[in-house]
Amino acid sequence: MANNDPLFGLSGDALKLRSQRMSLLASNIANAATPNYKARDFDFQKALAAAQSGTSVDAAANQAAGYRVPLETSLDGNTVELSTEQTLFAENAVQYKTTLSFLQGRISTVMTALRGE
Amino acid sequence: MSNMSIFDISGRAMAAQLVRLNTTASNLANANSVSTTKEGAFRALKPVFKTVDGGAGISTVQVSQVVASQTDPTKRHDPGNPLADKNGDVWDAGVDQAAEMVEMMETARQYQNNVQVLQTAKSLTLDTLRLEK
Repeated sequence: MANNDPLFGLSGDALKLRSQRMSLLASNIANAATPNYKARDFDFQKALAAAQSGTSVDAAANQAAGYRVPLETSLDGNTVELSTEQTLFAENAVQYKTTLSFLQGRISTVMTALRGE
Repeated sequence: MSNMSIFDISGRAMAAQLVRLNTTASNLANANSVSTTKEGAFRALKPVFKTVDGGAGISTVQVSQVVASQTDPTKRHDPGNPLADKNGDVWDAGVDQAAEMVEMMETARQYQNNVQVLQTAKSLTLDTLRLEK
């Protein structure tokens, strides 16, 4: 799909996947106190590779999704470990911002070319 | 694609944590209340958290109900108390004060976590809006 995107390359799909993953990690943090809640996440690399080979972004995220294996088990069956989720959320936010600045660079390059200054 | 935004997820989680904080406040406020009968004594209230599925693996949380806890009221001999029964006993509220304080701190931490998520999501959304500049 975005493989054939001549303007933005894979950045468009990457941004959508980053945003999807942010929602997923926010869900985990929101359910930190819910008994029997199982934390979810997806493998970003795998999802991006699938999206690049023509799968839709939603389907790609779905294929690469799975449940988190907790470091310690808890009595109420909840597998959210706040330290893990917080770290991954922060990491994901930084990577979202990185993708955003790649896009920004690309846009300003194209704008410069269009203006012909 | 889920129709639940990150603002719904964290916003509703904050609302649920606030209910939890309110029950803790109510429990601590009633911790020193006494009653003539065991049945009439106050028992700690506990919210029950339940996952609300938003599709595509995304979910938030809500308080499905608030239940009275199993902590039994304790009998105390206090003949001078106007609420004492004919044996001179009163029943203290079934509230574990130490556990309630721990609960309060945990609730505050998790509320803050959700606020942080919301702030990060907001600033990233605004950055995305300003993309063409």
